[in-house]
Amino acid sequence: MEFQPKILALVCTYCTYTAADMAGSARMQYPAGVRIIKYLCTGRIDIIHILKAFEAGADAVMVSGCETGSCHFLEGNLRARERVEYAQKLLEEAGLGGRLEMFEVAASDAPKWVAAVQEMTRRVEALGPNPLRRGRHLHAGAMEQLENMVQS
Amino acid sequence: MIIAERKPFAEIKAMVAPYKKILIIGCGTCVAVCLAGGEKEVGLLASQLKLALGLEDKRLEIGEITVERQCDLEFLRPLCDFTADYEAIVSMACGAGVQYLKQLCYLQPIFPGVNTSFIGVNNEAGFYTERCRACNHCYLGITGGICPVTMCPKGLLNGPCGGTVNGHCEVDPEKECAWSKIYHNLELEGSLDYMRRIVPLHSHDRRTSPGTVIHPAFKRRYGAHE
Repeated sequence: MEFQPKILALVCTYCTYTAADMAGSARMQYPAGVRIIKYLCTGRIDIIHILKAFEAGADAVMVSGCETGSCHFLEGNLRARERVEYAQKLLEEAGLGGRLEMFEVAASDAPKWVAAVQEMTRRVEALGPNPLRRGRHLHAGAMEQLENMVQS
Repeated sequence: MIIAERKPFAEIKAMVAPYKKILIIGCGTCVAVCLAGGEKEVGLLASQLKLALGLEDKRLEIGEITVERQCDLEFLRPLCDFTADYEAIVSMACGAGVQYLKQLCYLQPIFPGVNTSFIGVNNEAGFYTERCRACNHCYLGITGGICPVTMCPKGLLNGPCGGTVNGHCEVDPEKECAWSKIYHNLELEGSLDYMRRIVPLHSHDRRTSPGTVIHPAFKRRYGAHE
């Protein structure tokens, strides 16, 4: 079975989530491997949330908030950017560099959201699956394996 | 408070490499405020180690705990039984905390997770600067609230050196000369006559290492003599 990247998107409810919602309403097509977690503001996102996502086997994490200057809480997105940059350094040190990125998508900018997901998917396809997911992927023989496990 | 910086990840990873089960102990006071060794940083280090070692297919069981202060026996004692299950300990406290912890958990190796930097202040989140060298003789009352021992790179006690250029330091031209600031502060206070006082040689003998302080009320308890 072809590798389908699992991407976790940590997004703010005011901008990116609205854009993603609009992309859905407009029937825009984009990779289905992205799972969205909605925050009230990206300023709430803690680095540990990102690291835990990778521990759990995410292939990539994207953080997406309002555009600079338009955060509903004034500077939540700026704080998120600082944290994301630090988290990128931590991941680089741990050997998972390149799998975390921050985006800024305005509420009305559904095409930008689609482009962001496509870019992240391309990047993960090039990097390959998160090695920590080893033994935990669902591949073609997964159903058979599960049946064997149940029977044994 | 005590300011510290987390050690480089590669260094910590190399220290814990031989072990299968480690405990990371955070300190909830100074190093938590300077974002180096508090509960959150313990979580980040544990997660980072799990990711890095997971990628190398190595197994490392990591326990996480944070105590209020590692420099205080009251908070360390309850840890004693808990630590016995682990092969090694990483302490995220300042140097004092690490040593005190080692005194209790003497059977396991203890590794420092941070480098202790200085006694300083929290300017803004993530930005700390040194203010005190713990020299055991405070001059702040006659120097306009600016410590010449710490803020002057040469530690001069009786006015500026000849290297002051337009109020800036010759050692680091980006920084203001401590003695210029002292002069301005004293001028504002209306106590410029302090500038004329000659401060005797700094008594370095009062700061022999390791220092000990016994509160006067406890002299009898600890058998100290005046």
